[in-house]
Amino acid sequence: MTDTPLEARIAPRLKGRALAVLMALVAALAVAALAGPRYGALLLIGLGFGIAMEGLRFGFTGPWRRLILFRDATGMVAQMICIGLVAVAAFPLLASNPTELSGAHAPVGYAMIGGAFVFGMCMQIVLGCGSGTLVNAGSGNIVSAVALPFFALGSFAGAYHLTWWTGLGSLPVAALSGPFGLALTLLALASVAGIALAVAEPGKRKLPGRLWAAALIVAGLAILHLVVAGQPWGVVYGLGLWVAKGAVALGADLSGSPFWAAPGNVERLEQSMLTDITSLTDIGLIAGAALAAWWRDGLTARVKGHPVHAWVAVIVAGFLLGYSSRLAFGCNIGALFSGVSTGSLHGWAWFAAAFTGSWYGIKLRPYLGLEPRR
Amino acid sequence: MTRLPVVIALLAAVAALLALDLATSHPLDPFAAPPLMALGSGQASGGAHCASLPGQ
Repeated sequence: MTDTPLEARIAPRLKGRALAVLMALVAALAVAALAGPRYGALLLIGLGFGIAMEGLRFGFTGPWRRLILFRDATGMVAQMICIGLVAVAAFPLLASNPTELSGAHAPVGYAMIGGAFVFGMCMQIVLGCGSGTLVNAGSGNIVSAVALPFFALGSFAGAYHLTWWTGLGSLPVAALSGPFGLALTLLALASVAGIALAVAEPGKRKLPGRLWAAALIVAGLAILHLVVAGQPWGVVYGLGLWVAKGAVALGADLSGSPFWAAPGNVERLEQSMLTDITSLTDIGLIAGAALAAWWRDGLTARVKGHPVHAWVAVIVAGFLLGYSSRLAFGCNIGALFSGVSTGSLHGWAWFAAAFTGSWYGIKLRPYLGLEPRR
Repeated sequence: MTRLPVVIALLAAVAALLALDLATSHPLDPFAAPPLMALGSGQASGGAHCASLPGQ
């Protein structure tokens, strides 16, 4: 117990919190003034994603793990509701504005499916997917903070080799559209939620208020992202771009890669990250999560230690997360969340492969020293 | 160790990355920037995304 009056203890924290929010708003305004209003808005949207996901504990890896291990359906159902809400807005928006807006559409192929499987496995090893690794790192989770630079390196390398992998065989890009496509997407999302509810244990089916709030807020931000950016939310392109820019700054020649030598990517390499959509939302995710975690407990939680071989596993899994997500045409955000909500069939293939991979990742985690063996 | 130093180190790394980026990239020009919203702008969507292949 302390003798300090309650007001005297709370006042500095409130001042600190107000200052942090003010700094975030000033940063977004500075980006808007320096780079343009769209880019300032995208940083704000990224901050919103980070605050909502960390503050309301909304994610992908944890809910899949809880469904598989503990038959808890709540997180999975919240994901399906969130994706469905975005789809309800995105399908008509894309249909009526085909020039200004584009979906996250990519082909289903051997490397795509294999990449999603590896991604699903590795996301359970580090307990963080694309958005999750950024959010967890932002909130001070040391496993994610260690995995993140290797995730970025993997994303760069996966993009470097992407055309070789897609050359192994891909189907043409297929995407659902129109009222029938939307109805089919909603039916499929409802079916996944229904299966999750059917296998769940009693008492692990009803969504708590925070998950409803998170699903609504994240869906609202994702729709806003589509309207502002002209494309759906994505994560991994930005991470690979950061490494590619660093490599070019150190004198590397990326002309040997059909991906990085493509005109659109050469332009991205020449322009600032402050004009790159995924870079801005990635930075926003990290900063927003840091803000939410600091707001909650001042980042006072102790960091958990692991044996050396577990850290090696984290580094390898981090690299594979980045590499595989490029082969899979996105992570849980770019492929699953944005792919499915804009009608891409690769989003569904990604989901099936990554969920299977997750099952193996959960089994593997104790053997890598990241949790006690059961 | 608490989570605070991890977050400080991460935010410092992001700040350093941004500084390197601003020093090595083309100068920013807010007057050549696209409008606030892509929807209603009349401009084609042109950002990079993880679902895109080169030339797609």
